[in-house]
Amino acid sequence: MSSDATTLETEVLIIGGGVTGTGIMRDLALRGIHSLLIDKRDLCAGASGGNHGLLHSGARYVSTDPGAAMECRQENALLKRLAPQCIETAGGLFVAVEGDDPAFAEQFPALCRSAAIECEELSPGEARRLEPLLSEELFKAYRVPDATIDPFHLAMANVDHARLINGSVYRPHTEVLRFEVAAGEIRAAICHDHLHNRPLTIRARQFVNAGGAWAMNIARLAGCADVRLLYSKGTILVSSDRLAQRVINRLRPPGDGDILVPGGTVSLLGTTSTRVDDLEQVAPTAEEIDRNIREGAAMIPALAGARYIRAFSRVRPLLQTVGATDRAATRGFALLDHATQGVGNFCTITGGKLTTFRLMAEKTSDLVARRLGNDQASATASVPLPDDEASSWADPAAAPKRWRHDRDPDDMILCECEMVPQSAIEQVFASSPDIEKERTIELIALRTRAGKGPCQGSFCGIRIGSWLYDQGYYRDATGLAQMRDFFDERFKGQRSVIWGQQAAQMELAEALHCGLLGLDTLGGDQ
Amino acid sequence: MNAPRHFTTQLAVIGSGIAGFAASIFALNRKIATAQVGNTGAVAYTTGYLDLIGKRDGVADVVTDPWQALASLRETEPTHPLSRVAADDIQRAFAEFTAFLGECGLAYSAPGAVNISALTPVGTLKQTLCVPATMAAGPHALAANAACVIVDFRGLKGFSGVEVVANLRQRWPRLTTQRISFPGMERGEVYPEVMARALEVPAIREKLAEALNGVAGSTSIIGLPAMLGMHRPDHVRAELERLTGREIFEIPTMPPSVPGIRLRELFQQVLPQKGVTLVPQQKVTSLSFGDDGATLALSDNFGPIRVHAQAVILATGRFLSGGLEAHPTGIREHLLDLPVTQPAARADWYRARYTDPRGHPIHRAGIEVDDSFRPLTSEGRRYHDRLFAAGVILAHQDWIRGRSGAGIAIATAFKAVTEAERFLSGR
Repeated sequence: MSSDATTLETEVLIIGGGVTGTGIMRDLALRGIHSLLIDKRDLCAGASGGNHGLLHSGARYVSTDPGAAMECRQENALLKRLAPQCIETAGGLFVAVEGDDPAFAEQFPALCRSAAIECEELSPGEARRLEPLLSEELFKAYRVPDATIDPFHLAMANVDHARLINGSVYRPHTEVLRFEVAAGEIRAAICHDHLHNRPLTIRARQFVNAGGAWAMNIARLAGCADVRLLYSKGTILVSSDRLAQRVINRLRPPGDGDILVPGGTVSLLGTTSTRVDDLEQVAPTAEEIDRNIREGAAMIPALAGARYIRAFSRVRPLLQTVGATDRAATRGFALLDHATQGVGNFCTITGGKLTTFRLMAEKTSDLVARRLGNDQASATASVPLPDDEASSWADPAAAPKRWRHDRDPDDMILCECEMVPQSAIEQVFASSPDIEKERTIELIALRTRAGKGPCQGSFCGIRIGSWLYDQGYYRDATGLAQMRDFFDERFKGQRSVIWGQQAAQMELAEALHCGLLGLDTLGGDQ
Repeated sequence: MNAPRHFTTQLAVIGSGIAGFAASIFALNRKIATAQVGNTGAVAYTTGYLDLIGKRDGVADVVTDPWQALASLRETEPTHPLSRVAADDIQRAFAEFTAFLGECGLAYSAPGAVNISALTPVGTLKQTLCVPATMAAGPHALAANAACVIVDFRGLKGFSGVEVVANLRQRWPRLTTQRISFPGMERGEVYPEVMARALEVPAIREKLAEALNGVAGSTSIIGLPAMLGMHRPDHVRAELERLTGREIFEIPTMPPSVPGIRLRELFQQVLPQKGVTLVPQQKVTSLSFGDDGATLALSDNFGPIRVHAQAVILATGRFLSGGLEAHPTGIREHLLDLPVTQPAARADWYRARYTDPRGHPIHRAGIEVDDSFRPLTSEGRRYHDRLFAAGVILAHQDWIRGRSGAGIAIATAFKAVTEAERFLSGR
């Protein structure tokens, strides 16, 4: 235990390192307000990192929530202009296939028009020329300005920009345990620093709860009972190939397995929606996997026989409203000022979606700035997000592009599936938070594409481990234990989709990791 | 379309992994006319180590005496393939297999009474029964805590002397490491297979010996990533030892590694020379049985092939080699759709934790055989009197967690060939 019972001071403590929390950090920094952002795990560990990566045009919501549709339309256009480095302007199609309701399809263009969303009808033949794998059963198709956005890149760029502007600080692995409240105000957050395993006190003038699905639990720590969330588990599959160039949406009321989104060299298929009570133990089930594939195959028959390299589940926070289903009327966001809860310097932002993160951050920052007596307006709707090279290694499309451009033959490619060279890791290390003195495989995995390709890290994990030993970052068996933990962690996402070629890949990986290297008996033979 | 080419043989071996090649070798030694077909499976992924039993499932301690482990396996897991082959036969099988490799220019240590603690590319230790002669000095030096230097190469990924030393420091305090450039490959990435072929050239060996002597100082033992030649590794090693005046050994690298490629190339070169009809790299598309024998159908670049055999050994391996297929709805045997013993549902294939020492239930899936190693139908009857099976396609074993892949392959191939020979001779 360290002797310095550490205390940190900041103007604003933001809890939760999802896209919203990082967006607030940047928004405040642009207004000249210093903040400290903490996450009990790391950037995008919750729903921000576990979604399709879809930048909605808004068309998805025209039938259920026109307000949200218009918000999406505005944010979509704004982000394409201000953060193009995080976005692939892939475009999107809405397609109806035999069995879908023709009436729903017919009313779609009018609904889009009333939300001012561009929508162009394509003949089935035109649609299949654009996307050859679309079903021959297709009878209606519309083109909309959907796009894809990389939440990891976005979150890292937000954090980097905030740091650059006014030295705002991000601390991963820092969990709030309780709040010190006196005279109607939170004075300090009593935290645990998991990285160094020691207590940490953070004093601030304003406290922001951007905990996503954990927001209700965090609010309760401050005695606030007005955050009411339901938890919806969503499961998404990742195919080893990119099966469509555009976002493909099923033209019907939102349901299971009805969106296929490209992500660099892969496609993401989802999602299911299941009510759950437990926030921590969520994993894809075989039934959810099979249901996504069955539904997705109605749009793209090749999904039935595709090779999947991963599947993941995350919990979406849904605002509790009376009488609504999980898929309808709950995608809006809520900003609670907790004025009725006896704390005057605390607020909670939750709900919402990736596409509207900036707007959520703006509204929250407006409240926080007002409370601090700062009258500067938000600048995130006009100031571009700086293009930082280090954070772009997380972007699925960026690495191969750069690799083709300038290639030093001595710069070894450590992850061959995703073309991540050692220089990328050096860059990531140079720009990672100061708190992370330790240079680990886990850190590399979070901040680059390493381990995200078809081999799912089974080979690059070993290469990166060797390189870390070479560089002196590992000096004993800790490196092997972290290698094992990395493989264990990657496996969680593979476990539910191991069949076909993946079963062969897994057999090879296990023969290597356990049969040869003995990572299943670490300590046993040493 | 070319007319099919026909081959007639006594025994057809389907599969080109360790089990398939072992079966061909045992058949060759018994003067059984043999044809071997099927994809050159996972041989290139092997390290060259021949494991018998290196670990018991769910038990943390490693196995130092594999013969003792075998005896207790018979008690606890009578259905395990290794429990169904006599210990004497397993001993004979290993001796016969390694002797054959030695005669063909790839010397191996003979199967001993205890396991060898062999080195891995990350500096852990692996319990194995036989190692290639090029690797034998490493475990000896470790056991003696002799002064030794691991020399690695600029540009070689996945092999770090620093890592090997860091993880062996407790057990081997006198181990150090140095890094050099491979002669003529000073820039960019280097690959063990390319270095191994380069070392077949005497001039390159001389330059490498010079570089090794430049960093080895007073240390008289040198460990290198496995790359001491492709076709004559014992000769390359002897030459480098002569040129450096030091003892030299290899450590396997990440797969596909040079020792695995050596085995594959040796089999492909030697077996046809000795009279085996070898059709590697091609997958058998059908296997049918008639009153007068079995017929295998396959194709190569020159057109269709039919192999007519009196007996067949199925050694097609598991998922990696294609003998078993994992479908979303269940695990199937690829060629004959033999019944596969397997977990009840896909959700049960894998445990929650990847490196769980107990292993995953999917690995115990496989086909059932009777005591003569003939595959069984779902009614428990022999599929056919002419059909035998060997290798890791067999159920009730986990070769990965058990560190027993080569052991299962060699022992069951020995048994299957013995039984096939009995059948062919009409006994």
